[in-house]
Amino acid sequence: MSTRFVFEGARVVDPAAGVDDVRDVVVAGGLIASLEAAEGAERIDARGLVVAPGLVDLHTHLREPGDEHKETIATGTRAAAAGGYTAVAAMANTQPVADNAAVIQAVRELAEAAGLCEVYPVGAITKRLDGEQLAEMGEMVEAGVRVFSDDGHPVPTARLLRNALRYVKAFGDEVVLAEHAEDPSLVEGGHMHEGVVSAALGVAGRPAEAEEIVVARDLALARATGGRIHLCHLSSARSVELVRRAKSEGIRVTAEVTPHHLTFTDEDLRTYDANLKMNPPLRSADDRDALRAGLADGTIDAVATDHAPHAIEEKEAEFDRAPPGTIGLETALGVILTELVHPGIIPLARALDVLSRTPARILGAGDHGGPIEVGRPANLVVFDPNHGWVVDAPFVSKGRNSAFLGRQLRGRVTHTVLRGALVVADGKPTR
Amino acid sequence: MNEHLLSMHDLSSTDVTRILDTAESFREVGTRVIKKVPALRGRTVVNFFLENSTRTRISFELAAKRLSADVINFSAGGSSVAKGESLKDTALTLQAMGADAIVIRHSSSGSPLQLTRWVDAHVLNAGDGTHEHPTQGLLDLYTMRERLGRLEGLRVGIVGDVLHSRVARSLSFGLVKMGAEVTLVGPPTLIPPDAPVWGVQVSYDIEGVLPKLDVCYVLRVQRERQRLEYFPSVREYARLFGITRERVALMPEGGLIMHPGPMNRGVEIDSDVADLPRSVIEEQVTNGIAVRMALLFLLLGGARGEAA
Repeated sequence: MSTRFVFEGARVVDPAAGVDDVRDVVVAGGLIASLEAAEGAERIDARGLVVAPGLVDLHTHLREPGDEHKETIATGTRAAAAGGYTAVAAMANTQPVADNAAVIQAVRELAEAAGLCEVYPVGAITKRLDGEQLAEMGEMVEAGVRVFSDDGHPVPTARLLRNALRYVKAFGDEVVLAEHAEDPSLVEGGHMHEGVVSAALGVAGRPAEAEEIVVARDLALARATGGRIHLCHLSSARSVELVRRAKSEGIRVTAEVTPHHLTFTDEDLRTYDANLKMNPPLRSADDRDALRAGLADGTIDAVATDHAPHAIEEKEAEFDRAPPGTIGLETALGVILTELVHPGIIPLARALDVLSRTPARILGAGDHGGPIEVGRPANLVVFDPNHGWVVDAPFVSKGRNSAFLGRQLRGRVTHTVLRGALVVADGKPTR
Repeated sequence: MNEHLLSMHDLSSTDVTRILDTAESFREVGTRVIKKVPALRGRTVVNFFLENSTRTRISFELAAKRLSADVINFSAGGSSVAKGESLKDTALTLQAMGADAIVIRHSSSGSPLQLTRWVDAHVLNAGDGTHEHPTQGLLDLYTMRERLGRLEGLRVGIVGDVLHSRVARSLSFGLVKMGAEVTLVGPPTLIPPDAPVWGVQVSYDIEGVLPKLDVCYVLRVQRERQRLEYFPSVREYARLFGITRERVALMPEGGLIMHPGPMNRGVEIDSDVADLPRSVIEEQVTNGIAVRMALLFLLLGGARGEAA
C-alpha cells in the first residue's frame, strides 16, 4: 500500500476546526500533507464519502491478558479499525489486572505489534480491582496512563474514592477517574432494569437509583476535592439531570453513553435475549430519550462503545447466567448515524465531536480527534453515511455477541487511516 | 393453542377455557381402575428438570403415562452449564433422542423460551425461575372453577412473597384474563412495585381483605428472604400475614383456602387451617394431573376421539 494517497472530493467534517467542506485530503509520510488536489498520489474516489478525524473509544474491553478466548488485542484492535477507530482506551479488568506499569506496558506493546489502532491502557484505581487498596497510580501515570477506572464496579466507599481523587492531584490536572456507577448492594443478583418488564419476566432488577446514588456521591466528591470524574455508560434520565446540574455548577465531570443505551429499552428484553443484557441495564424509553437529549445538549460528552466480547457459549447460557455486555466497535458509527444523525436528533458534526474530538481530549490522545490540518498526524475515518447494511456475523471481533444483530443500519466505514497507513480499505482491514 | 406452553401471559382466555374443558374430560380417567388412555402412544415426553421438584415431576410423569406416552426423566442438580455443557448443547442432545415434548423446570427465568429457539419439540414450562409456572396456574384455575362454578367476578387474594413467586405471576395473569378480581397481599418488600400494571389490586392489610375473598391463595414464604432483609423475622411475618384460624373466620362462607405446596405450616399457614374442609390443597394436586394431561394432549395433537 502506498504511503502517499489522496481522498478526492471528500466531504471533510472536522468538529475541532469547525470545518464541513468538500476537499481533497492528501496523506503522505504519516501526516496530512495537503488539503488541495495533489499529483503523484494514489487516488481514492471519495465523492459521497465523509472524511473525519478517526474515532476514539473511551471504553473498550480487549480482554487480553487473561481472557483471550473472548478477544485478543490483535482481534479487538482490528475490530476497532474496521469500525473507524484510531484510538481506544482498554479497560483494566484483565487477568492480571492492569494495576501496574508492567501490564500497562505489555498491553501497549501488543497493540503496537498489531499496528491497527492505538491503544491507551486504562489503569485500575485499586489493586486487583478489589476496592480496598489504591493501585500504584503514580507509576502508571509515568507509563503514560491518563484515565483510571475499576470498571465493572464503582470504587466501593466514598472514603476510598475521595482519597483517590486527592491522591492523583500530584500528577497534574488532567488525570481522570472513570466510574462505573451502580451501587453494589442494590444491583446484587439483578440482571435487567427494574420496572414493569422485569416484574413481568420474573428477572431480578438493577434499579435506576443504583446508578443515581453513585453518580450523586461521585459528584459530591468531585466538588469537594476539585478532582476530575468521568462517568461511564450513563443509563438513567436522573443521572443525566444530575450531571447537567453539576456542570452548571462548575464541577469537573464528563460523561459517556453507549450506542446501545441510546437505542434499546427494557421492552426489547422480553425475549430474554442475552445479547441485550448489560450492566448498567437498558432502561425505559424515557431514560433512553433523556440520554439522547443529554448527548444533543452537551451534558453527555462522548459516545463510548463498552465493547464487551464474550464467547458464544457463554452468551448461550441461561439469561441470569450469561455475562453482561455487547460488542460495539464495528457498529457504533452506523448506529449513531442511523439512530441520531439521519433522524435529525444531532447534526453530523456533533456526532463526530462525541465519537472523536471530545473523547480524544478526555483521553489525552493529542494525535487523535482532529483537527484535520496540514502537518497533523493522519488519523482518519472515511465513511459512506448512506450505505445501508444489516448487522450480521461474521464480525472482525472474536465476539459475536452483538445487541444489534439483525438490525438495519445506514452508514458504514470504508477506510481507516492510522498514522498515515490505510489499515482499512474498502471496508476491510488490510492487515 | 400455541405450539408451546411457556406462560399464562401468552394464553388467550379462549385457550384457557379450552384447556380447562379438556382437563375436565381427563379428570374421569384418574378415577378408573385402569387409569390409562392410548392418546399419546408412541410419543416421547422428556421431563427435563434442572431444579429439584419431586411433586411437579411426578405429576407430569403420571399425566404422560396415563396418556400412554413414553416418559424419560432427565434430571440434573443445578445448571447444565455447571457440568460444562451449555443449556443449548443439552437441549440439542434431547432433540437428537427424538423427544416430542420437553417439560422443562429450571431456576433461570426465560429458559423455556430459550429452549424453543433450539429444538423442534413442543416445550412445556414446568416452572422457570421467578417468572412463571403456567401449569400450576391452570390447575389452580381449574380447581376454583370446579369448586365455585365460575372464574369471572371471583375475588381472589394472593398472599405472601409475590415478588419471588412464579406461581403468583401465572395465577394473577390467568385470573385477570378470566375476569376475576385479584388482590395481592403481603409486605411491600415482597410485592413488585409495578404489579398494578398486571390489572391487580395491592393491599398490605390481610384482615381488611379477607372478608371480601372467595379464594385466599397462600404462597410459600422462604425463610432465606429474612436473611436478605425483606422482612425482619418469620415470627413477624406470621403475625402480620400468616393465615390463622381466626383470620379464616373473617372470610365469607364457602370461601376457599389454596396453597401450591409445599407448605410451611406455622409460617404462612397454620396447621389447623390447612386441614379445614374449605382448604382444597389436595384437590389441587389431583387436578394437576388432569390439567397436565390436557396440555400434553392438546400440544402433541392426539386426535380428540382417542381420548375418551
